[in-house]
Amino acid sequence: MPAVPSPGSGSGADGRLTCMDERVTATTRVKRGLAEMLRGGVIMDVVTAEQARVAEDAGAVAVMALERVPADIRAQGGVARMSDPALIEAIKEAVTIPVMAKARIGHFAEAQVLQALEVDYVDESEVLTPADEAHHIDKWAFQVPFVCGATDLGEALRRISEGAAMIRSKGEAGTGNIVEAVRHLRSILGDIRAVGQADGAERYAWAKRLAAPIDLVTEVAESGRLPVPLFCAGGIATPSDAALVMQLGAEAVFVGSGIFKSEDPARRARAVVEATTHFDDPALVAKVSRGLGAPMAGLETSALEQRLADRGW
Amino acid sequence: MLVGVLALQGDVTEHRAALAELGVESRPVRRPEDLSGLDGVVLPGGESTTVSLLLGSSGLAEPLGKELERGLPAFGTCAGMILLASSVSDGRPDQRCYGAVDLAVRRNGYGRQLASFECDLEVPALGSEPVHAVFIRAPLVEGAGDGVEVLATVPAAASSPGQTSDPTPVLCRQGPVLVSAFHPELTDDRRLHRYFVSTIEERGR
Repeated sequence: MPAVPSPGSGSGADGRLTCMDERVTATTRVKRGLAEMLRGGVIMDVVTAEQARVAEDAGAVAVMALERVPADIRAQGGVARMSDPALIEAIKEAVTIPVMAKARIGHFAEAQVLQALEVDYVDESEVLTPADEAHHIDKWAFQVPFVCGATDLGEALRRISEGAAMIRSKGEAGTGNIVEAVRHLRSILGDIRAVGQADGAERYAWAKRLAAPIDLVTEVAESGRLPVPLFCAGGIATPSDAALVMQLGAEAVFVGSGIFKSEDPARRARAVVEATTHFDDPALVAKVSRGLGAPMAGLETSALEQRLADRGW
Repeated sequence: MLVGVLALQGDVTEHRAALAELGVESRPVRRPEDLSGLDGVVLPGGESTTVSLLLGSSGLAEPLGKELERGLPAFGTCAGMILLASSVSDGRPDQRCYGAVDLAVRRNGYGRQLASFECDLEVPALGSEPVHAVFIRAPLVEGAGDGVEVLATVPAAASSPGQTSDPTPVLCRQGPVLVSAFHPELTDDRRLHRYFVSTIEERGR
């Protein structure tokens, strides 16, 4: 096979077909675009290069590199920070799929480090201990795209106004309990439907109630969806959990502690991937759910001392 | 006309919306039976490793391969290009590629997400107006067989001065198979989808 063919007929004035303009990087289009490519997939939390390989083998569309999964952060306490760059580098080396990493809310210097490490997405995450009690990161100032958590439509639109290119439900990370993620998805999607019914004057009232910019409220009202993909995170532990949130309207799922805190991570990971793709096929979800071993133990959210979803403003 | 959109993972919605804008009916393809009666198939953007694995587990891998061998018109964008190519480097060793178009591609060959870019392309087959192209962790075409018609290229990456300065193909056609390293489904320009639909019509299946 020849290295590269000469261009076919009908080429440009200089005899070549060319890219006419300079390449432009880090646009909103390419930031949101990567999120769009992850649709229908599963993004898995991993704490070692070996786990990253297990995730990729199971069909993960991306991995989230971190030092402790949320269940351990919850159990061990202390300040949770950005991961060691050496760990992130090792995970980048281990897999071919996109690698994400978490920065603390408002900690733009951690985000700068993650950008310098060339991660593919930064999660400004409530799972880590917030660094700023009033301000989120100005995400427009970065070339790397950001994902942020949200519990309702107003929070989602505030994060998008700050430059987030993907929104995920917060759920209640590290609990293996899907109830909070369901609450957040229903709230966001229900309000999107309600905003769509509002007339011009009512949209201003919505903007005030949501504490969100009117232009984004208008965009949601007219398109019937968020301007960026909406994924689900926080509490997914079983294939049925994935099928549930996909049917509710999530476009992809993040699984944190649910896989590597279970008895058989490789099989469970694979099963969650299959259930996310075939979310509307109960027979298939039943088939992949058989004999997976014990899921992560799980926590009743009403008994929690620390609610991670309350972090963020 | 009925066009299937492989719906195992990726930006299926955008492709279906693009086809709908052209008045073409589409069907998501997740099971072997979804392939019956199709006039063409779209392989969307996504993660090619994930889609490759799901092709196997869904039982679609072989029947889709047979349809492609029979000459089913296909349009692959980004991950779809990888799946339709004849060889893949920097992928997983078990990664599937159908060889429906004689291309050697390097996965994420333009770099990681920070290197994802937009640019205008000259595509004479689509007229004089340039095509605005969005490349996301795109595959790099490193070789093309004699039967491949190159419809658009970008200049070779400046970061590889030792290499040949020949431009890199980003939009190619071989018979009824069309592949792009970029994502026409992410912009409002429908000329490329219309071009694919016209290849289906030409074939008169």
